[in-house]
Amino acid sequence: MMAAVRPGPLRPYLAIVSARFRMLLQYRSAALAGLFTQAFFGVTLIMIYEAFYRSSAASAQPMVFAQVVSYVWLAQALLAMLPWNADAEVRAMVRSGAVAYELCRPIDLYGLWYARAVAQRTAPTMLRAAPMAVFAAIGLPLLGLGEWRLEPPASLAAGAGFAAALACALALACAISVLINISLLWTVSGDGIVMLVATAVSLLSGLVVPLPMFPEWAQPILRWLPFAGLADLPFRIYNGHIAPGGLALALAQQLGWTIALIALGRRLLGRGLRRLVVQGG
Amino acid sequence: MPQIVVEGLVKTFQIAERTPGLWGAVRGLARRRYRAVRALDGVSFSIERGELVGYIGPNGAGKSTTVKALSGILVPDAGRCEVAGRVPWRQRIAHVAEIGVVFGQRTQLWWDLPVVESFELLRDIYRVPQARYARSRDAMIALLDLEALLDVPVRQLSLGQRMRCDLAAALLHAPAILFLDEPTIGLDAVSKLAVRDFVKRLNRDEGVTVILTTHDMDDIEALCTRVIVIAGGKILSDGALAELRARVTRERWLTVDLVDAGGAIDEPDAKEIRREGHRVCLAFDPQVVTPAELIRRVTSRHAIRDLFVENPPIETIIARLYEAHGGSAGAPDGALDRTPDGDPDRSPG
Repeated sequence: MMAAVRPGPLRPYLAIVSARFRMLLQYRSAALAGLFTQAFFGVTLIMIYEAFYRSSAASAQPMVFAQVVSYVWLAQALLAMLPWNADAEVRAMVRSGAVAYELCRPIDLYGLWYARAVAQRTAPTMLRAAPMAVFAAIGLPLLGLGEWRLEPPASLAAGAGFAAALACALALACAISVLINISLLWTVSGDGIVMLVATAVSLLSGLVVPLPMFPEWAQPILRWLPFAGLADLPFRIYNGHIAPGGLALALAQQLGWTIALIALGRRLLGRGLRRLVVQGG
Repeated sequence: MPQIVVEGLVKTFQIAERTPGLWGAVRGLARRRYRAVRALDGVSFSIERGELVGYIGPNGAGKSTTVKALSGILVPDAGRCEVAGRVPWRQRIAHVAEIGVVFGQRTQLWWDLPVVESFELLRDIYRVPQARYARSRDAMIALLDLEALLDVPVRQLSLGQRMRCDLAAALLHAPAILFLDEPTIGLDAVSKLAVRDFVKRLNRDEGVTVILTTHDMDDIEALCTRVIVIAGGKILSDGALAELRARVTRERWLTVDLVDAGGAIDEPDAKEIRREGHRVCLAFDPQVVTPAELIRRVTSRHAIRDLFVENPPIETIIARLYEAHGGSAGAPDGALDRTPDGDPDRSPG
């Protein structure tokens, strides 16, 4: 008889990602509703910037108008990738105490939760990003709004750099998502921390206002916070505001923060579990 | 060597005290008072491979705390605990790979997935090779009659169906030990019988060690050769059901259906404990008066339609055992078998 082959070490995590992913793909109507909201929001933002650019000297602005437009559309398309909410399933598990089952699994719990986060951040994004990009890149010019369209990447190098930076942004977003989920171990409902993180993420990642538009004095701070790596860096690589020469530094920053936040998450999860365990939850 | 060894296990929980009222809530923000509750107070027992042990006690007795310590979820303050030579909370991952756990009030299945996909996910999480998985899955489907449920999303299952699926889910990786925490809670009679029958066969045919906590004394009578009774964090009794019975009371009950409803039974060696219409129940000690003698006396003096002798139900035995140990089960109802949703004090701290 053939000896049974023991599945590889990554299989549990991949299985979790794929199961959660398939489950989240079911939320199509939420994605559709989100799409309309975001298209509306994107158009509104662009109208504001258009008025702003008309009334001031373009040379005084940190980005040209077309770059801002692309930045805004990328933000709307990739909104769901940003770590702005807690995993509903983890929340329910912590509340009901079923989190005990997670501890009964023969796998590393941080890895398990990170795998969940990967699914949580990719599935809704997949549902929204492509239609949003089609609308912004092709739909708007067809409507006679070519000025407001999402432009292709600034160059081939910018496109490749964007893909790499986006992958790193996903890794970083997942690390932050896990931190949000871990916070549920302390606060149960977790709403306070989630709202705090959501605000920080949307403001400091460039989602609301592109980071280069912030005042001069804030630039060095914003530039080096972890949130820039979630959206601002990949978007500016895409629209050419960061030249291909600056790519290596941007990626290093994203990965550095990802590693640091994973390390922090591991520590906190260990402490949270000890607490849970001590409390006998 | 026994498969499970527990020695002098101690666990104290700090429970935040709440002062009632608005002022109390405000004060609680600044300073919290804690009350220590000893959930386990020197619990010791050992269990051999292949035993089927009932672990019973009132709410808050320390049952769940023990099961959590044994499954590696909870770290005790003191004492020794080894399962198959491992300390559960120190070697958690290796340990949990070889145990199965079912918490009756929760599910380990994925709510939105069809049952079979939950099974496949568990196969991957436990790294069960496909051939072995297929074998144990098919065995479970046959034993628990799951064929028709496999493609149903878990949220659409009835409680009884879900419990059968949960049992299968806990056993796909062929654990040597199974912890069942109130597996029949809330189930209808048919489902209860199905669960009991399955657990019994699993223990008998596969030699799986089963530790069963329950409030359902029928579970205990149907399944367990050995019963450990815990109350107030201490073990009150550990042994065969018959021994427990003998230790607590020798009493037996004679129930007679009288022809005349009104007739009093005046019998010095037996005590009337219940009367419903024609039916009278007498308690007696068989060492004072033999059942045969008592029946002879009663039938000679009264017109009887029917009669039978029985042991007091196990509920009565257990209730007397608790009473004999001060009547208090330690903590108030549910104070220690806490689930997080019933426990507001886990919040800040």
